Amino acid sequence: MSPVIKRKRDKFSIPSKYLLLILTCICVALMAVTFFTDYSASPLNKLVGYVVIPFQNGVSRIGTWISVRMDELGELRIVLQENQELKQQIDELTVQNTQLQQDKYELNNLRELYKLDEQYSGYEKVGARIIARDSGNWFHSFTINKGTDDGLAVDMNVIAGGGLVGRIVDIGSNWAKVNAVINDDSNVSGMVLASSDNLMVQGSLQLMEEGVIGFGQLNDSQNRVEVGDKVVTSNISDKYLPSILIGYISEIEQDANNITKSGKITPAVDFEHLEEVLVILKTKQQIKD
Amino acid sequence: MKRNIILFFVILCGFVLQTTLFQALSFGGISPNILIIITVSYGFMHGRKYGMVVGFICGLLMDIFYGNVLGFYALVYLYIGAANGVFHSIFYQDDIKLPLVLILASDFAYSFTCYVLLYLLRGRFDFIFYLKNIIVPEVVYTIFVTVFIYPCILLLNRTKDDVERGDNKVV
Repeated sequence: MSPVIKRKRDKFSIPSKYLLLILTCICVALMAVTFFTDYSASPLNKLVGYVVIPFQNGVSRIGTWISVRMDELGELRIVLQENQELKQQIDELTVQNTQLQQDKYELNNLRELYKLDEQYSGYEKVGARIIARDSGNWFHSFTINKGTDDGLAVDMNVIAGGGLVGRIVDIGSNWAKVNAVINDDSNVSGMVLASSDNLMVQGSLQLMEEGVIGFGQLNDSQNRVEVGDKVVTSNISDKYLPSILIGYISEIEQDANNITKSGKITPAVDFEHLEEVLVILKTKQQIKD
Repeated sequence: MKRNIILFFVILCGFVLQTTLFQALSFGGISPNILIIITVSYGFMHGRKYGMVVGFICGLLMDIFYGNVLGFYALVYLYIGAANGVFHSIFYQDDIKLPLVLILASDFAYSFTCYVLLYLLRGRFDFIFYLKNIIVPEVVYTIFVTVFIYPCILLLNRTKDDVERGDNKVV
């Protein structure tokens, strides 16, 4: 035990008790800062984005490539069989097609007459690929491969297959975290399309197992809302753009208070097999202006 | 120094694999918790301090990407790493029973903490449901994955002084 060695050791080591205390304090301070102020850790987001996102991008690209190849092999046999059947169908369809083209011409004319709003195709959208999912099992948010560099911002709505997926809650320069509407901590203000009654769409981990989302606070005194009705985002939501399809009502129950109703919604989006999503490049606040 | 560089890549690989590969390999929506395997392993391999630092980094990564409040997961992982550091004194490299037991206990403690702080406090009282559908499947899957991942972590840590210390212990 020469003093020289001893001093060298002392220089680098903090007793683990104090290290624990220091790190705990850092964590508590971080929590306090993010909880009480609106500070989002943007420099940290950026830094980590440059380190982690390229890897995630690469791995998920390899993964998709492999799964596509596997699918191709499996489907080859089925495809050959289908091919013959389809050739027969082509003949039948050509006949039908000529008829339909006439109908289409008529339809176009009618559309122009009515000037039907094309639902939300008016918004500018950008496609993004899901590259990673929440590492824990408690929440189901995911990361997409576009960020502020591509013009995205927090609170932008994310859709896929014609239905609402969620919204961007956190962002870096080349990634964005999307909070899905099926998430347990997600609440979306919705509206039954047929009767314009407002309701709250509440994600729930328990209902997720059944592939549905819950809803509550539906005020429907005249019993007009029925199973199968379309539920869209309402116009009073401050985060979600109006009339984006959320799903279809699959169950309704009267609440114990006899005033409101609650139940379940089958989402329009297949959250299990989501790979690519569309981000609407407008937030609700921008539209108001 | 060399060990720290390896550590950095182990954490990075763990995080990337957990968010991509293991999400694709999930059974019924449940994926294993690789970061806890790394935290616990480093905790009892190198003592409390290493466990704490590794846990803190792993947790912070999760916070940045998937947490609602920065620092929450970091705190949970920090304490798990610190707690596992206590078992450094009874750690033998050849023994796989201790790691398995510790990872099982840690993952359970982690899931339970998550349930209490993130779900129970928001009024989700159906603990049995969450135990059956999230916690137990995750623990089982994590233990299963540990059997393959732990030897890799062990192998990556066979630096010179580790081997020496391991020899001393065996003798």
